Amino acid sequence: MEAWIFFKRTVRMVFVGTKVYYLWCAFLLTIIGVAITFYAKQLDAGLIVTNMRDQVSWGLYIGNFTYLVGVAAAAVLLVIPAYIYHFDPIKEIVVLGELLAASAIIMALMFVLADLGRPDRFWHIIPVIGILSFPNSLLAWDVIVLNGYLVLNTIVPIYILIKTYFGKEPLKKFVIPLVLLSIPWAVGIHTVTAFLYNGLAARPFWNASILAPRFLASAFCSGPAMALIIFQILRKTAGLKIKNEALFKVAELMAYAMFINLFLLGAEIFKEYYTATIHLAPMQYLFQGLHGHHALVPWIWSAMAMNITAFLIFLIPGTRKNLITLNVGSLLIIVGVWIEKGLGLIVPGFIPDPLGEIYEYLPNINEIAISLGIWAFGLFIFTLFMRIAIPIQRGDFVHSKYGKVTIKRQYEQIKP
Amino acid sequence: MKMMSMGAMVALSMGSSSCTPAQVEEFLQKRFREMTGAEKKEVIRRLEETYFRKYGKKFGISTQPAESGVLWGYGLDLSRCIGCRRCVYACVKENNQSRVNPQLQWIRVIRLKKGSLINLENAEHYYNPETVPEPGFMYMPVQCQHCENPPCVRVCPVQATWKEPDGIVVVDYNWCIGCRYCIAACPYKGRVFNWSEPNIPAEELNTDVHYLGNRPRMKNVVEKCTFCVQRVRNGRYPACVEACPTGTRKFGNLLDPSSEIRYLIENKRVFRLKEDLNTEPKFYYFFSA
Repeated sequence: MEAWIFFKRTVRMVFVGTKVYYLWCAFLLTIIGVAITFYAKQLDAGLIVTNMRDQVSWGLYIGNFTYLVGVAAAAVLLVIPAYIYHFDPIKEIVVLGELLAASAIIMALMFVLADLGRPDRFWHIIPVIGILSFPNSLLAWDVIVLNGYLVLNTIVPIYILIKTYFGKEPLKKFVIPLVLLSIPWAVGIHTVTAFLYNGLAARPFWNASILAPRFLASAFCSGPAMALIIFQILRKTAGLKIKNEALFKVAELMAYAMFINLFLLGAEIFKEYYTATIHLAPMQYLFQGLHGHHALVPWIWSAMAMNITAFLIFLIPGTRKNLITLNVGSLLIIVGVWIEKGLGLIVPGFIPDPLGEIYEYLPNINEIAISLGIWAFGLFIFTLFMRIAIPIQRGDFVHSKYGKVTIKRQYEQIKP
Repeated sequence: MKMMSMGAMVALSMGSSSCTPAQVEEFLQKRFREMTGAEKKEVIRRLEETYFRKYGKKFGISTQPAESGVLWGYGLDLSRCIGCRRCVYACVKENNQSRVNPQLQWIRVIRLKKGSLINLENAEHYYNPETVPEPGFMYMPVQCQHCENPPCVRVCPVQATWKEPDGIVVVDYNWCIGCRYCIAACPYKGRVFNWSEPNIPAEELNTDVHYLGNRPRMKNVVEKCTFCVQRVRNGRYPACVEACPTGTRKFGNLLDPSSEIRYLIENKRVFRLKEDLNTEPKFYYFFSA
């Protein structure tokens, strides 16, 4: 009964908000609506509506998938310092980080689904009723770890929020083991995702053991960058309590992560260029162009410029501790890593193909529309999560026995 | 429980749009290897009806299993190949590949400048001279190498592709989920994808088909060379072997000491493509001259 009332209240809650909130939701829903029409077309005609072909058989969807797994992993890693030092003051961050991770995983899984030729046969992959080829297929590993991670990252925040709603302290005996588990699990999902590519001897560009460490390093950049921006937006619009010092601390960690990311990339570039075997070709295609094909060259160099600029911004205390430069740096990292780890990682794996053919791939409007739709859906889910989570954590949305329920349109800002 | 969840899924994924009982059965169909004899018969009957409705032609769909004591192997004489691509088109015709949008071919003949064999980066795929062979070039046909250790089979998340007892790597087109991980894993470009509903003129269809081979496919599933499973299990040569005008292509049972393929392996200097990847292809290239 109580649960039903809580549920009804949360539903009512998400329908109440400021003008900005309504506009934002309407904006996202419009994109989702448009994307659905494009997806319907893809379902009907087949994947031929994309620019993918036999030579480059994965593209924008799988690039986004890889990127978002990284975001999901890193969102939880933000939680580590919270648990090492104190639990209480940082409870908010746990909930936020895990809900961000959950939203990112939902998007990642949707990208796999968008890429799947036969979503109608999705049940074939479900163990017991279908066949999941575990442990042979790394994709089977990924299905398991990603879904496990999704469950983990919804259970913990929902539990904390419900406890808080009822005015009770979350049981540490229950929460802490789960959060501690989610930390190695976060490393796990990204490692498994890297191994997905890493394990293919047919694709020398991916068949480098540095791939998994690189994935983790770049995830430690893009995930926190996204969190920094989101925290500030929520602080302005939803009255989220977060101090500037916390943001600056995260930014400092990102500088180290970006250094490691650039270092690992440099190590890979050295090995390929200095030995200059036939396996150099994909990297040459990416950075210089190959046999007159240059589609990715401007992209990767923009990404390099963005990542290096962001690294400097986050390294120098003056620019790190200035919200404007901090945000510029975060945006540069979000885009820079997206290019490096999305198209910049997936496409050169296929170029040249195993028999030396070059087919140049850049996504077309169908793929872009569907991808934007999935991003919009993820942001929409996250927005709704926040609409409930923040008032609960502020103590504005609690069970009536413990206080007055206030469904407010706007919450006053708490000074940073 | 299993039936309930299946039912729920049918309702979910198909409930809104109307669908025929045949479509529902197809949706619920098991993987070929898990089917009992009776289930296979039923599936074949339904498939023959579906094909008849779709193409107006009567198909004979075989499910003939591998014979024991047989392991198929292929030989290809690089000194004889003239790059005419007759094998490519014989294969397309025999195996009902989509003709346009997408145009799918299981054999790819690449042109290499003499002096280079291993580095395929300078291979030309779309050479188109008046006449072949051309001086200064050699030609190398590549298709599925039917590896003993196939990376494509290992990566498939639903085991929709496997190695048959006679060594042929096959795909259950009705079990494939279209993730294309196998395409990424194959070092030989041995697999192609039906990016849309296959387009084959009805009059060009080959109606003599095998369930795991050349039966018409559907959109968004992967397909590949099967050594013409429908022919070789009936004592015939693969279509490419028959079509080759120069005798470049050899085929036989690796377990039969008196077979031509065994003779070639023992007496010619054979090599296999990308042997360094340990995929153990059963496709042997050699130079007779």
